[in-house]
Amino acid sequence: MQSKSIEMAVGLFVVAAMFGLLVLALNVSGLRIQGDDDVYYLYARFENSSGLSERAKVSLSGVVVGRVVDIRLDTQSYVSVVKMAIEKGVPLSMDTSASILTSGLLGEKYIGLSIGADEEYLLSGDVIEDTQSAIVLEELIGQFIFSKTSESP
Amino acid sequence: MSNYVAALGAKYIRVFQLIGRSGLFLISILNWGSGFKGPFSRLVKQVYHLGVLSLPIILVAGTFVGMVLALQGYYILSNYGSQEAVGQMVALSLLREFGPVVSALLFVGRAGSALTAEIGLMKTTEQLSAMEIMGVDPFQRIFSPRLWAGVVSLPLLTVLFSLLGIYGGAFVAVNMLGIYEGSYWSNMQQSVLFYDDVLKGVIKGVVFAFVCTWIALFHGWQAKPTSEGVSRATTATVVQGSLAVLGLDFILTAVMLGGF
Repeated sequence: MQSKSIEMAVGLFVVAAMFGLLVLALNVSGLRIQGDDDVYYLYARFENSSGLSERAKVSLSGVVVGRVVDIRLDTQSYVSVVKMAIEKGVPLSMDTSASILTSGLLGEKYIGLSIGADEEYLLSGDVIEDTQSAIVLEELIGQFIFSKTSESP
Repeated sequence: MSNYVAALGAKYIRVFQLIGRSGLFLISILNWGSGFKGPFSRLVKQVYHLGVLSLPIILVAGTFVGMVLALQGYYILSNYGSQEAVGQMVALSLLREFGPVVSALLFVGRAGSALTAEIGLMKTTEQLSAMEIMGVDPFQRIFSPRLWAGVVSLPLLTVLFSLLGIYGGAFVAVNMLGIYEGSYWSNMQQSVLFYDDVLKGVIKGVVFAFVCTWIALFHGWQAKPTSEGVSRATTATVVQGSLAVLGLDFILTAVMLGGF
């Protein structure tokens, strides 16, 4: 049957394209259908989070364990509050510290965690107290020039 | 002198008349008729002609565009020592621009010209008038399934074009240029967003499909019923369709990126 095979070909075409869209979604854009069940949320307060963006990775000893979900300004104390989604399978001790690091010299910013020795673990919604802000290259250069000029006379 | 002015005026009146007529034509072909089974089987047949038969050219073109993008991107990015970003460059440029635009241009050349020629020939051999005499509305029977088939087909072709391009780029980058496969994909996944990049590209495909098929059908319908008329109409379809795609692409991109 002529029309049967045409319908078959069209069906295959549509299914292939839908499958293609699915591959684009999952494999190329890294879309995760991630419910709240798989992650828990932690907050960290940084004096300066410049360069950090949403979806930036959160890594622990070089392994990605989560992502930055939200960055906003705390208007009470004027620090930036970063919300991170951490995988459920990674418990972090109470005295974990977070710092904003750069991958490579000009690479993107990410949050590096380093684990502490506390027996108690952080729960969803807790705040990481021990933080280190992003290094702003311009400020470093400024400090360097300032220290050079102040020691010369 | 006054003759010249009159001729100039008549020319512009004709242009506006044509635009108005194409608008009315579009409105009358939107409706695909009552019922579901009959129109749907006609739609499937046209999706076969416009979509499935365009697959070879779209897939081959997509693969090669992706491969060339990876090569070019590698040589540019290696100047900055960031050749690992080639995956993200290939994916973003394919999803945002090359996928929708190149597949629309190919679609105009491959399917749009065929549509115009087919309908022009139907008109030349007076099949359309014969249908009207038989009490069959050619707008619902002939034009509408073709319009909707175009709107269905091109976005699907766009998706496949981008997908094959990204895998072609991966082949060149990983196997020929020696970029680590993990960083090709992870860089891409970090920078490509599903809604902003993938879906907006598909939306572009829908708009291009609508406009290209409309232009193709209108030129077929307007064609002078001679062999020369049909050939002129086909040329007009390809030229105007391609220009419409490129012009609309600028407008869509500006709106989507929020440049205004």
